[in-house]
Amino acid sequence: MPAEHAFPDSAAKNASGEIEAERMSISMGPSHPSTHGVLRLQMELDGEVVRKAEPVIGYLHRGDEKIAENMTYNQFVPYTDRLDYLAPLANNMAYAIAVEKLAKLEIPPRCQAIRVITAEMARISAHLLGLGAFGIDVGAWTVFLYSFTEREKLYKLFEELTGARFTTSYSRIGGVTRDVPEGWTGRVNAFCEQFLPRLEETLSLLTRSRIFVDRTAGIGVISKEDAIAYGLTGPNLRASGVPLDLRKDKPYSGYEQYDFDVPVGTKGDGYDRYLVRGEEMRQSARIIRQAVARFPGGSWQAEGARRIVAPPKDRVLTSMEELIQNFMIVTEGPQMPAGEVYFEAENPKGALGFFIVSKGGGVPWRLKIRAPSFCNLSILPKVCVGAMMADIVSILGSLDFVMGECDR
Amino acid sequence: MPAAIDAVAALKARWAGVTDRPSLDHPAVNVPASDLLGVLRSLKEEHGFDMLTDVAGVDWAAGARPRFTVVYHVFSTSRHEYVRVAADCADDAAPELPSAAGLWPGADWHEREAFDMFGIRFAGHPDLRRILMWDGYPHFPLRKDFPLAGIETVLPDAEVVAETGTGAIAAPMAGGPFVAAQGGTNMGDAEPRAKDESWSERRPKPNS
Repeated sequence: MPAEHAFPDSAAKNASGEIEAERMSISMGPSHPSTHGVLRLQMELDGEVVRKAEPVIGYLHRGDEKIAENMTYNQFVPYTDRLDYLAPLANNMAYAIAVEKLAKLEIPPRCQAIRVITAEMARISAHLLGLGAFGIDVGAWTVFLYSFTEREKLYKLFEELTGARFTTSYSRIGGVTRDVPEGWTGRVNAFCEQFLPRLEETLSLLTRSRIFVDRTAGIGVISKEDAIAYGLTGPNLRASGVPLDLRKDKPYSGYEQYDFDVPVGTKGDGYDRYLVRGEEMRQSARIIRQAVARFPGGSWQAEGARRIVAPPKDRVLTSMEELIQNFMIVTEGPQMPAGEVYFEAENPKGALGFFIVSKGGGVPWRLKIRAPSFCNLSILPKVCVGAMMADIVSILGSLDFVMGECDR
Repeated sequence: MPAAIDAVAALKARWAGVTDRPSLDHPAVNVPASDLLGVLRSLKEEHGFDMLTDVAGVDWAAGARPRFTVVYHVFSTSRHEYVRVAADCADDAAPELPSAAGLWPGADWHEREAFDMFGIRFAGHPDLRRILMWDGYPHFPLRKDFPLAGIETVLPDAEVVAETGTGAIAAPMAGGPFVAAQGGTNMGDAEPRAKDESWSERRPKPNS
């Protein structure tokens, strides 16, 4: 072997006599299959052990908060689809409730039930994707195919309800865009019927799989204290043993009427996060079935929403008052009172919060989006240190984040 | 009595500078910058508000006094209540507040974001860099005097520019940030959806 191709002495020892490899700097992402979007991790490796991990985010920053300051409240609904784009229906609902708190609107029970059903369907859909992607990350490809089959059925139902499979934009301030189609709740129920056995089948591919357990148990352990200190929410927080679920602890949209359990982990590792998500899907199906069973009648739009939502077209064309109102809503936007509100909803990824500062008028003065994925990722520099390089993929998969929401 | 209201009363009794802040939902206080860390620590350690859920910068427009406020939301994982804490930045030109990163490591990223978007500095922050925009970006995009259309800026990768000899070219926007279709009617005129209409195809973007 020529001298210039000789490898460096692999047994070079440091002062204390330990063999120490040269630290290697590795950039993982922003375009890497396991970073689920455009997360970049700048890592320093000592052999295969990660000594430092610095997440670099912002590749998907679109300035949603700036955009929100420049449009009326209802116009911003489609932008909320694109936060956690795996659960747009849940985002729509969280945003709508935040603005409704500002506008002091009473939401009728039928609308609340519709929102609960759609949010829980979104949760199932988001968790199914998270599960499938997590499986792929650690080498279990089959799960992805199973979970996508179920998601496809959900997408059919979403399409029937909202007209869109992916970016639903279903909520409006004070209500939803339209009532549920005839027979839709029955089909939702039928979905739940067949979903539960399919879910067991899907989970059984992972729960006792030797490879999956080896790659997740004890990997990426987050203690209870750390989880709270870093502001983790959602399944990631609960897997660390904190029984916090805003649906239970700070109920909104009528969640207090439904009977469901909050799964809590004990170890805070990747396997616990997987188990918590699996159980959450069962509970979501349980909530949906209760909501469908006692699906209330009545209006699906708040009484006070008349001043916010554009009136029906035939009335606009025939009645002076509706014409003026339509004109005002289109040009000025619905008028909101001044004040500050903060609302968090329990979304699939965690607590999605909206902080709205209003000075009155049709546009928010400031709209801050508290993105659960942003907070969940902020713990990476801590949790990745000391892990093996190959486990980073497992840790990222177990945290189940969405960059669209993290970068906003 | 809810814990949040108790806590706010206790804070007001202890610090003379702490005052009620108008709020439509959760109990809220205004805190002078000098007492901010004391108040946050007291909320965390004495009143059980153990989670910092959100840190939001607010710009009250150029010329307003005070111009910048930072709003913190703390949450109690045991009592399930929020308290809103707002602190004004004394200096409008170089806004600064003490960093809460020593109390909650999660504050690190939130404060970096407020710095990135508003230029508010946090004294004592371990690593105050931009987080969503790139290092070296010259503006603070969520300030009210920053136009919605953006400001033409040299894109970050000097190395690429030096290597290829071509500067980064901004994507064509043909009329505005919310244009629906190109050609024929200028949708930017037909459909004035963006409130910031200070520029269009005929009037160029403001330059830095």
